[in-house]
Amino acid sequence: MSEPLLAIEDLTVSFRTPRGPVLANNHLSLAVGQGETLGIVGESGSGKSVLCRAILRLLPSPPADITARAMRFGGRDLLKLKPAEMRAIRGQDIAMVFQNPMTSLNPVWPIGDQVSEGLRIHRGIGRAAARKAAVDILKRVGIPSAEVRVDDYPYQWSGGMMQRAVIAMAMTGQPKLLLADEPTTALDVTIQDQILSLLMELQRETGMAIILVSHDMSVISETCDRVAVMYAGSIVEMGEAATIFHAPKHPYTHALLRSIPHLDAREGRLATIGGQPPDLSRPEPGCPFAPRCPVASAECRALPIALKTLPNGQATACHFPERVADLDRRLAS
Amino acid sequence: MQILRYIVARIVHALPVLIGVTIVVFLSIHLVPGDPIRIMMHGRIEDSEVAKIYHDLGMDRPLLLQYVTFLKNIFAGDLGTSLIQKAPVATLVVEKLWPTLMLLIFSTILSVLIAVPLSLVAAFKRGSWIDTGIRLGSIFGFAMPSYWIGLLLMLFFGLLLGWLPISGLGDGPVDMLRHLFMPSLTIAFFLGPILLQSLRSAMLDVLTSEHVEVARAKGLSEWRILMKHVLRNAMIPVITVLAVNISWLLSGAVVVEYVFGLPGLGSLLVRSVGYRDYPLIQGLAFVFGVLVVIVNLLADLSYMLIDRRVMKG
Amino acid sequence: MVASTEAQPRRSNPIFREIASWSGSLRAGAFIMLVIVLAAIFAPLIAPFDPNEQDFNAILMPPGWPHLFGTDSLGRDIFSRVLYGARIDLVIGFFTTYVPMTYGVILGAYAGYRGGWFDTVLMRILDVAMAFPFLVLIIVILAILGPGVQNIYISVFILAWTMYARLARAEMMVERTKDYVTAVKILGFPQRRIIFRHGLPNVINSSIVFSASDFVLNILLVSGLSFLGLGIQPPEPEWGAMIAEGRDFIRQAWWMATMPGLAILATGVALALIGDGLAQRLGERHHTTV
Repeated sequence: MSEPLLAIEDLTVSFRTPRGPVLANNHLSLAVGQGETLGIVGESGSGKSVLCRAILRLLPSPPADITARAMRFGGRDLLKLKPAEMRAIRGQDIAMVFQNPMTSLNPVWPIGDQVSEGLRIHRGIGRAAARKAAVDILKRVGIPSAEVRVDDYPYQWSGGMMQRAVIAMAMTGQPKLLLADEPTTALDVTIQDQILSLLMELQRETGMAIILVSHDMSVISETCDRVAVMYAGSIVEMGEAATIFHAPKHPYTHALLRSIPHLDAREGRLATIGGQPPDLSRPEPGCPFAPRCPVASAECRALPIALKTLPNGQATACHFPERVADLDRRLAS
Repeated sequence: MQILRYIVARIVHALPVLIGVTIVVFLSIHLVPGDPIRIMMHGRIEDSEVAKIYHDLGMDRPLLLQYVTFLKNIFAGDLGTSLIQKAPVATLVVEKLWPTLMLLIFSTILSVLIAVPLSLVAAFKRGSWIDTGIRLGSIFGFAMPSYWIGLLLMLFFGLLLGWLPISGLGDGPVDMLRHLFMPSLTIAFFLGPILLQSLRSAMLDVLTSEHVEVARAKGLSEWRILMKHVLRNAMIPVITVLAVNISWLLSGAVVVEYVFGLPGLGSLLVRSVGYRDYPLIQGLAFVFGVLVVIVNLLADLSYMLIDRRVMKG
Repeated sequence: MVASTEAQPRRSNPIFREIASWSGSLRAGAFIMLVIVLAAIFAPLIAPFDPNEQDFNAILMPPGWPHLFGTDSLGRDIFSRVLYGARIDLVIGFFTTYVPMTYGVILGAYAGYRGGWFDTVLMRILDVAMAFPFLVLIIVILAILGPGVQNIYISVFILAWTMYARLARAEMMVERTKDYVTAVKILGFPQRRIIFRHGLPNVINSSIVFSASDFVLNILLVSGLSFLGLGIQPPEPEWGAMIAEGRDFIRQAWWMATMPGLAILATGVALALIGDGLAQRLGERHHTTV
């Protein structure tokens, strides 16, 4: 691709805990192009939320240790910025939407004030102008009677409306990159669709890039151009969304896709992934998925993984990606 | 409109308590075992005189009638007459109200000034030795008897160093502040720790809440986050704690006024007990009860300004 | 007969295990309290002088030997008086805390479980009781009944249960919605049994934690009343009364007022540490039935 908007090279995040260091992100590298939507899929504990916070440098430094070769955004290395410079980027060039709208909003502030706070701080505009801007953006995200409701308090709104307000809050700075950490997980299924459509519309209008984090494959498949699959702090597969979903080249991705229940499936048990996620405070050598992998062999537990790009552009960390195609055959028999 | 409804609801809620206060105060005199008049006069009184006094006070009528008269008098501003000082209780109360109020206000301000920064530090540096030190210090402050610490302060700053006056209220507003400083500090020694405890856990709650992380993600400075997003949310429990502890504050004021010789309601109460001046005691108890109810009502009303959620329920 | 070849596993003493799980503050507080209690119990053996023995050759002597804490205006040894004072204050503090706690918790738990008119009446009483400064009410009652230990007990017993009732009621209102209560209800257990054997052990946690602070507050109350002249009268070596006596001599003999105050302080700190530690410890407990 042309010069990527965000390029993360070899990011490692570990946390110091009383029981020892916990490795949350293990030598991650990824890139996001202008205007593209990158999905990050993984179970809880895979490190995807930590990744978002690491990008915005929201992780307090003890107990987090962050190292990387570089984290380039718009030509600058985010890790080398001074606090004031980083603050200028947050909410402006890079904005974030969090998972739970009910705890994202300050209960004792009116919504309008929270939405326009970024504008007042970063662009120094006055109260009246800020209020108008808040009304405009709230209208844009679909809040009815925004002129009146701008003075409401969060407790007066529903979950879906609050999340729209949170998105509005993020959009005020006209970000080039939006980090959405499980933006629909806390919402009803019917509202989920609306919020995702809203995000897609906003992206079309503004040309911003989105990193969408979710554990829900269907959310990712509807919205993303490219997908990165995370497991135990590492990216185990990455590529175009369509390719990944049709022909996964990693057993974990394959298992995730299988575990999605289909309405038209025949009766039978839901497919699950046996075993437990690994203990991130005790990293083993070799592939972290090996203990649960149906096609793992001895080498899998010994050889450390690395993302290797295949001829078709897909990247996988599996030592034996050819075995994944066998899995369907095996399971059908 | 919602505001008005809330205010009215709060006042209505406080009324039964006020009535309860009057009942308790009224009954207290009538529960005196033996003969209160005789006790007051230390037995140096003729039987006929006793009967006359009872009649004058209306205490030979049925209880319910007396209670109604009691209420009527209160509404008219008549709290009875001190039998020892031969003056209306209401007059005495008004004379001595001001020093007590000043003491309460000054003590509260001092306690808040001490507790808020310390709790911030303790919450920020949670688990560090600074935090432990602050908590230990507040335990010490709490466990010290107020009259003891008052005496020691008096000894040190008053008698030995001569920096501050040790009794009375002085002349003029500035001098009054000098006189009130040590008494207020004495009260702050035990009110401060109570505030500190609640504030610290409130701060911790707010500091780790998600909307603070969201504020950071918006690019706000730590200072602004602290001032606008943390403190305001943490203030809610502070007001609760202050209101709940008003009775402790008043109790402390009684002792401190006595120790420092401040001419307020507290020292009046202590003296009236020694003289068994029942009408005065009764009137003072009533005033204290009403003060507490009013303060709690004010606290309820102030929530409205800080946290709109209260008007929902 | 073949002897067993298996060694029995050594069972560690449950008491040691319990103490080992205590936090630093709980251990420190318990230790200090233990020292104070032992000093009180063994006062007759430890005290170098009779607490009431006056010696006019040794009035107002500063701390030193043989009077560790000095002497007062009548030549009495302050160290011995403080030791004997511990007996008075600790005993009063204990009973004024734990006796009201028992019926306070019971009343509150019952009200919290049953609801209805009993609860409403109780709440009104609590509201009114809480509307008065505690000290003021006690003073009023003492004004009616007269000063002295007995009347202090009476007045505290009348008033102090309210806080415990409030705490127990609040906890019970949460507990009664929990599954284990529904379970025994379905089993048809009588209400009294449900409240006392199943509910009560789980709702007393906040009361237990509060009782540590209450103990401190009661000691401060009793000594404060004695200081004001409304409580324990001289020549009893009660700590508050001693401070009152020392007030007149604060300039010449600071130790008269300071030493008993330090004793109150030490006891208060120990109890507060215990309360702190209990709060942590009880927060870790799970549901129990007695």
